[in-house]
Amino acid sequence: MNSDVRPVGGKLLTPGFMVLLALSAVGGLLILWRFFAGLGATTALSDGYPLGLWIALDVVTGTALACGGYALALVVYIFNRGKYHPLIRPAILTSALGYTMAGLSVAIDLGRPWLMWKIPLYFWSWNLNSALLEVALCIMTYVVVLWIELAPAFLARFKDSGPPLLQRFARRTIPILDRALIWIIALGMLLPTMHQSSLGTMMLLAGPRLHPLWNTPLLPLLFLLTCLAMGYAIVVFESVFSSAAFRREPETPMLAILQKVAVAVGIAFVSLRFVDLAVRGRLGLTTQLDFHGVIFWIETVLWLLPAVILLTSRRVNLGNLFLGAMCTALAGGLYRLDTFLVAFQPGTGWHYFPSIQEMFISIGLIAMELALYVAIVRKFPILGGRSLKETTA
Amino acid sequence: MHTDRRSLFKGLAAAATLTLIPTTDAEARAKRTVPDDAVGLLYDTTRCIGCKACVVACKEANEKPADVDGYGGGLYDAPEGLNEYTKNVIQLYRDDGANEVSYVKKQCMHCVDPACVGACMLGALQKGKFGIVSYDPSLCVGCRYCEAACPFNVPKFEWSKKAPKIVKCELCRTRLAEGKQPACSEVCPRGAVIYGRYDSLLADARARLAAEPGKYVPHIYGERELGGTQVLYLSHVPFEKLGFRFNDEQSVPHTQQTVQHGVYKGFIAPIALYGILGAVAFRNRRKQDE
Repeated sequence: MNSDVRPVGGKLLTPGFMVLLALSAVGGLLILWRFFAGLGATTALSDGYPLGLWIALDVVTGTALACGGYALALVVYIFNRGKYHPLIRPAILTSALGYTMAGLSVAIDLGRPWLMWKIPLYFWSWNLNSALLEVALCIMTYVVVLWIELAPAFLARFKDSGPPLLQRFARRTIPILDRALIWIIALGMLLPTMHQSSLGTMMLLAGPRLHPLWNTPLLPLLFLLTCLAMGYAIVVFESVFSSAAFRREPETPMLAILQKVAVAVGIAFVSLRFVDLAVRGRLGLTTQLDFHGVIFWIETVLWLLPAVILLTSRRVNLGNLFLGAMCTALAGGLYRLDTFLVAFQPGTGWHYFPSIQEMFISIGLIAMELALYVAIVRKFPILGGRSLKETTA
Repeated sequence: MHTDRRSLFKGLAAAATLTLIPTTDAEARAKRTVPDDAVGLLYDTTRCIGCKACVVACKEANEKPADVDGYGGGLYDAPEGLNEYTKNVIQLYRDDGANEVSYVKKQCMHCVDPACVGACMLGALQKGKFGIVSYDPSLCVGCRYCEAACPFNVPKFEWSKKAPKIVKCELCRTRLAEGKQPACSEVCPRGAVIYGRYDSLLADARARLAAEPGKYVPHIYGERELGGTQVLYLSHVPFEKLGFRFNDEQSVPHTQQTVQHGVYKGFIAPIALYGILGAVAFRNRRKQDE
């Protein structure tokens, strides 16, 4: 099935790639400085806003944007749409990189990261009431699961070429992996269902201090829906990007359907949110156009815009697919960022705007993620389909 | 195409269970009650003269440095609020228009059902002996979720340190073990803050309200708020003016744990979901291979 999955090849050190490396280097240096100087000296975090950009953006939003692998796995393995299989490897790669970077962000953000190992190992101390514990354990496991799911792509490269020891290892491991993989894939569908909803549960504990437009017992369900919508959107986004960047034939019809699914989930999210507000008598808050009211409507419009694009465009093209996917990703990203930062109201006198260091560490991590994606796609069999050169030649 | 459609419906059914789980099966969680051995503090604004002897005594007992950053900096230990150097503070509320003045003492409220304890991953924060909310740094990874959870903004983080800890009042539990009382109540010259068994503090508060009803706002803050706290307050000005934002009677962890326990009770739902996902995926792949 993956017969036409091949390394993209080509020159690695393009000017764009060099920019990514430079940004990664800046981020890396700032990370070292953060460990040397401490959190107080390098961040704008405070006792009022103890969770900042690294958690709200890199972890809460970043992992949802890394849900492409999860969302697509549901289509391929549960809804039995095998034809989407060519899209799954790049999606899993994006997920693996996104979750790994989120894990790294957590390590940077923790005040006492040298005790991090106790989280998975001190099981007798586990507080099973803690939504964050569930999130932490799930994400740790899921990172491992994602790289195992991706292992065949790396092993295939070394099966025939590479050091003899690695060749033998690859040949022996591939058949074992092949048989076990479906149960690992099932785990890869269970874990995001758990931790993506638990990220919403987390903010229930900030409940009284969360703006009433965001504070609802449905937070876990709303978070699960957003990660699915964002997952489908990011597959579309990433596919369009890859086809343009690596000059490959785009999978337009399939992407059009995935974008429709993303739109449907988005509409479900918005409907659920309004019904919930109505049931709990908070609908009036949406008419108050103060700061939070405006933010709420920006989210809502971004969710609905892709539906408008879908309905008004005469025929599907990569341009409007890209635009729609971007709106969905932004809508979900903004909703998650708002739930953790903007809607969080610790009381008068507290302010938060990320410091330059926080921002450049986040940018550096994203640059690392993109650089690794490009490098891996060029060197390993991840992308399917034909390059435009081959089809025209 | 026939089998394809059937498996699509099966997939839909699996997806439906998957999304419905968070909202069903959520049974109400039992309300937490004050522990039998509970101790606490009773603070009375009408008796406090703002001398801050309690602030100094607290710093000495907990070996915390002076906070000279407050109010533009200077020579004096003048914390503006609770912070990484300050587990106990006296603040001033003043409204010249309404001709109202009051001091207020802030420290950990020692909630009956604390949000910070519910948040803490490895139980570094525990509701322990005497119902005191205690902190064990050896189990703390510094995630600061407790700070995001506490409705009273009590836990503080040592931002200035490279090996930071959480800083919060532990009701001088080491002094209690030595048979002493908390440092703040011990030094208070006016009995504005007193230490004692929770039951006797509550009875005392009720007696004061009954004896001089005109003197106080007719309410004991902490008796019911957010599930109840072991530190109780009497005041002559409305409590919200002293910075007490919430008067909801439901504890903060109630909703969150009702939802979480509904989903994860006995870990049955996740295991069942894994079984369904695995079985459907396994069958589908076999069909695709054929």
